[in-house]
Amino acid sequence: MNILQHITNGISLGSLYALIAIGYTMVYGILRLINFAHGDIFMLGAYITYYGVLFTPIPWWIVFILAAVVTGIIGLLLEKLAYKPLRGSPRITILISAIGASFFLENLGIVVFGGRPKAFPTPDVFNKVINIRGVSTGLVTFIIPIVTVLLLIALTYFITKTKTGMAMRALSKDYETASLMGININRIISITFFIGSFLAAVGGIMWGIKFPQLMPLMGVMPGLKCFIAAVIGGIGNITGAVIGGFILGLGEILLVALLPGLTGYRDAFAFVLLILILLIKPTGLMGEKIAEKV
Amino acid sequence: MLSITDLHVSYGGIKALRGIDINIEENKIVTLIGANGAGKSSTLRAIMGLIKIDEGKIKYDDEDLTNHKTMDIVKKGIVLVPEGRKVFVNLSVEENLILGAYTRNDKAGINKDIEEIYKLFPRLKERSWQKAGTLSGGEQQMLAVGRALMIKPKVLMMDEPSLGLAPLLVKDIFDIIKEIHSQGNTILLVEQNAKKALEIADYGYVLETGRLVLEGEGQKLLRDERVKEAYLGEAK
Repeated sequence: MNILQHITNGISLGSLYALIAIGYTMVYGILRLINFAHGDIFMLGAYITYYGVLFTPIPWWIVFILAAVVTGIIGLLLEKLAYKPLRGSPRITILISAIGASFFLENLGIVVFGGRPKAFPTPDVFNKVINIRGVSTGLVTFIIPIVTVLLLIALTYFITKTKTGMAMRALSKDYETASLMGININRIISITFFIGSFLAAVGGIMWGIKFPQLMPLMGVMPGLKCFIAAVIGGIGNITGAVIGGFILGLGEILLVALLPGLTGYRDAFAFVLLILILLIKPTGLMGEKIAEKV
Repeated sequence: MLSITDLHVSYGGIKALRGIDINIEENKIVTLIGANGAGKSSTLRAIMGLIKIDEGKIKYDDEDLTNHKTMDIVKKGIVLVPEGRKVFVNLSVEENLILGAYTRNDKAGINKDIEEIYKLFPRLKERSWQKAGTLSGGEQQMLAVGRALMIKPKVLMMDEPSLGLAPLLVKDIFDIIKEIHSQGNTILLVEQNAKKALEIADYGYVLETGRLVLEGEGQKLLRDERVKEAYLGEAK
């Protein structure tokens, strides 16, 4: 394996982390809440795809899209059931509710899907091995970054150019004034959860293709790491989340590749990075200092 | 046009408003003056549905708006320029104006109105791509007013628009209020600068610790001995 191969893998993994990290950062930006159930939403996205592909006659690519939409709706319902009733409560209360929601979804997964790992029904086209300048890998490794970039472009357009996107940014600074513009705050929050969960589901599907083993707890570790990615980038900042995701993905792969002796510490890499960033730049790479003009 | 009857509001156990009646007629400037903590802002916030009303009624034409959701009240055309300007600092000047028109869907009309706002406040046009947080206090106040005008308000309420501005800018702000009024808008103005406010107001109310103590035409209040003594800094 040459270094280019590792970088390709790192970018691919980084893309997945980036997709999931965006959900954390968007929800935090608007609700100041770490949505601990986000990793489990990612897991649901993968399982819904599994059942859709195996047990319905629908073509796989339509299942992929439908599964992402359904997962988005589940994320939206999660907010309505677990977070909205607590709006206005102290932040710690909502955080506890988020942890509760996470445990609930994980255990629901064990009951409904079973604790035994399931093999993800990867469509054959993704398994095709391609070879470019000595980098030989499954097609999926290339598709993941492409899908991610396309989704990022769409998201950036949505956030910067549409009225709903502007309302989202306004809401992230000032609820009350946003409501004075006639903005329907609940609607914007729902849209935020939908988008975050949709992206997590896309991440979950591509994760399933790359690592074709589904487990009800499969969202725990990626969830934690992507939360770290969001913190590294500066939580609340979407660009930061993407950068954080790539740093984590690339770093993890390169660490294992260059220092094979540390393979066992692969997961620790993210946490070490978290500690470092909190020591050196607690606001994250792209995080802004909170300053107000009076 | 907008009438408030026997309004009671409290924060926790503390009574902020103890039954006030205000009537705002179409195309008039009405002002609410009083010291800190008299309940001026609470009145505006209660009208906008930002705080719960304990007792009393808010009626717009013949429609009851008491304890409605803020966004529904905004859709009726009742708009508040909040105290402290509260522009969206992370959005550009133009985006702030576009968000002001959030409830509207006539794209051509919105663009035309943005141009109108730029005519009214040329400074904003120069800075249309700048983040609102980089504007000076006076420019932010202009943006806050411009943003509110984008909603096409039927009743425009302003909470302390001159607060924290240099004297020259204060004059500008009051000129702008007069200009907006001359375009046919109804205005409810809350001010600590009682003299300036009463000078341009058709009608004024004086609030003291949650109660109305005096009301009358703006010019009449300006000459009233009690007002002079308490709010205009002129001894008997």
